[in-house]
Amino acid sequence: MATTELTRSSRIYSLLHSRWPQFVLRALTLAGFIFTILSGLWGSRVGSHNFAIIFVWIAWWSALKLFFIPLGGRTWCSICPIPLPGEWLQNKGILRSRGAQTQPGKRWPRFWRNTWLPVFGFVLVGWFGAVILTSPQATAFVLLGLFLLATVLSLIYERRAFCRYVCPIGGFTGLYARLAPPIVQVMQPSLCAIHTPKTCYEVCPWGQYPPALKTSANCGLCMECLRACPHENISLNLRPWGAELPSAAKLGLDDIFLALTMLTTAAIDTVIFLGHWGVFKSAAYTVGSPAWGIFAASFLLITLGIMPAFYTLVVWIAQRMRKERFSFKRSLAYYGPILLPLGLMSWMAFTLAFASTKSSYLLPVLSDPLGWGWNLLGLTNRVPTGQTSSFSLSLQTLLLAGGAMSAVETARKLSRSKRESMPLLAFIASYAWIMMWLLLG
Amino acid sequence: MKQEYLARAIVVTLLVLVLALPVIGKTLWRLQNPTVLEMRARLPESGGWSPSTITVRSGQLLTLRLTSEDVVHGFAIGKLDQPEIEILPGEFVETTLILSTPGKYVFYCTRWCGPNHWRMRGVINVIGDGPTPTPEPTPLYLGLEIDLDAPHQAEVIPDRVVEPQRGSKLQDRLPSYTLEQATYLSNSPASLWMRLRAEPSLRDLNDDDLWDLVAWVWEQHTSAQEIVAAQELYAENCAACHGETGKGDGVMMRDLPPPAPDNHTPAHNERTRPPDWSEPRQLLGASPALLAGKITRGGMGTGMPYWGPIFTPEQIDALVAYLYRFAWNALSKETPAHP
Repeated sequence: MATTELTRSSRIYSLLHSRWPQFVLRALTLAGFIFTILSGLWGSRVGSHNFAIIFVWIAWWSALKLFFIPLGGRTWCSICPIPLPGEWLQNKGILRSRGAQTQPGKRWPRFWRNTWLPVFGFVLVGWFGAVILTSPQATAFVLLGLFLLATVLSLIYERRAFCRYVCPIGGFTGLYARLAPPIVQVMQPSLCAIHTPKTCYEVCPWGQYPPALKTSANCGLCMECLRACPHENISLNLRPWGAELPSAAKLGLDDIFLALTMLTTAAIDTVIFLGHWGVFKSAAYTVGSPAWGIFAASFLLITLGIMPAFYTLVVWIAQRMRKERFSFKRSLAYYGPILLPLGLMSWMAFTLAFASTKSSYLLPVLSDPLGWGWNLLGLTNRVPTGQTSSFSLSLQTLLLAGGAMSAVETARKLSRSKRESMPLLAFIASYAWIMMWLLLG
Repeated sequence: MKQEYLARAIVVTLLVLVLALPVIGKTLWRLQNPTVLEMRARLPESGGWSPSTITVRSGQLLTLRLTSEDVVHGFAIGKLDQPEIEILPGEFVETTLILSTPGKYVFYCTRWCGPNHWRMRGVINVIGDGPTPTPEPTPLYLGLEIDLDAPHQAEVIPDRVVEPQRGSKLQDRLPSYTLEQATYLSNSPASLWMRLRAEPSLRDLNDDDLWDLVAWVWEQHTSAQEIVAAQELYAENCAACHGETGKGDGVMMRDLPPPAPDNHTPAHNERTRPPDWSEPRQLLGASPALLAGKITRGGMGTGMPYWGPIFTPEQIDALVAYLYRFAWNALSKETPAHP
């Protein structure tokens, strides 16, 4: 499938070139974000009756996992409200791009220019996930914390340091954005080569240089480059899904670790939120209790120990089967792309199962967002318990199978022989089987 | 620059709107429902009832809008014959009350919401004019100077199943005082048995005959209807600690160690299970006045709640009569039946 140049359409180009459509969406998400925090702090403590829980963890989370990331990569990042005040303060204006007026910030420390902090953030969220996902106040504090952190970091460091190197959501969004169709590209690289100054780089909040972009991992799709280019040489293109596979440019060990963490947390969250084992759920919920201590230790052991060890073993065997020898570190990164479709599709299957049973809460909570007994839309009534439909189960099966097949195809392309691919296939099959059993078993 | 100001105005307007929405909504709701009092229920360790004290004028309409912020709770007012109200998490339920007699009314949670459920109480103070409240009778245990905290093990217990119907055939032999209410209230079954044993006129009756007579006397102070009502009260309010069969193994207590056999007050403040009433010595040594006192006052160094402000004296009397059944019924299981 060929790449489609979206910006060839003058309407789409105008929509992206103008700041207003994006600004309107950003203003609305910011207002919704502030309302979510207020709702979490002031509204009902009962999660199922609070906008903060239902809209963050059911509506937004599902939309992010099921639509934004797989289809749009970092499109959510382009309208995410969390870094907006910080960016506006940096640029000393709302509709301004980076320029002479922009506050010069420090460069982000070299040591942290990776995804280790998002991994850490995601593990933290996993530890306290059962509480965060059910307590409106905890959700509000997490959002408020991210909001303040993003703003403070914007005032100290240049560009979107928070989004690139700290945000736990941004971490995995960037990882899976490698598979999504949108990518910013230049039409005539030769034009860029002779053009100075490099306005596209100067205005980019993400610190990307569009002519050199080979991956969508770190492009926030904000379209500042498209607006700044005097030659109208930048386009937004749609490439086939998974186009960055099998090479998945520049996957580092931090990315591999993040991908493994995503695989592990998808399975653990399935056990806690959808499993039949109440003992795990109550252990995860009773933060601070001995049971939670065992849960947290097991979580850490599986995430930081068992899963990476399993992957390391698989890579070690695959490497032994390959005649051409890489360094082991390079091998760990080399086979990493198999983790991307596997992880994304597993998260999608989990999210679909979660959303299909909880979506009945959406309309009632719009009618009474703070859980104060209002009935604005006449929809406040007892919420029927969601049932997992056979359609949802079939779709989950398809997603898991699709993820596994894409991973198998990637493994096949990365391997020079069947023997080399066997351990990789065993890894994929065992993970897919576990997820299938947890979700559908 | 105009566009920049417009964008800023839009952001500020949206933020003000969002901040104002909850405030406006709450204010409008209060203006439309000025007489409604919102009451939130939480587990006692998280705050219990909020508010927990309400003051209202006698005869004034009091509309309560109840909601729970954690688990399912129930709402009822002690000593009032009104159905309990179920409060579901996040749901709102309204109830309207008119309390015309001034006084203090205790409201409480009727669901076993957690280990500290019984602490979940509040007070409605009704002030102003109205009929003078009927003064509560002084609990009998105070008049009799019974020490509720002293051990009260029975010195004697029956060797076999008691048969009140056999006792009824011997009722003519009983001294007249045995059927008096005061005798029943102030004597334990064991002490009445010992009094009867000392009666010269009853020397020809054997020990079992006397126990049958005592059991018959105890039956005369209650009715089947009272027992059914008491059974319901027990199931709702007592069984979670004392157990369905009175063994002290209710769901809230079964993980605690059993109490010391002869000492009611646990040593070193260690929490223990309630006494095992299927052990006949526990109840057959207690008089109805003593048991009523324990129910009314609670305490005893244990987690026993005080039910005085919640149960009516009639309910407490019925409960006491029901409790003795645990002892009588235990005999039928443990002792071989009379041939």
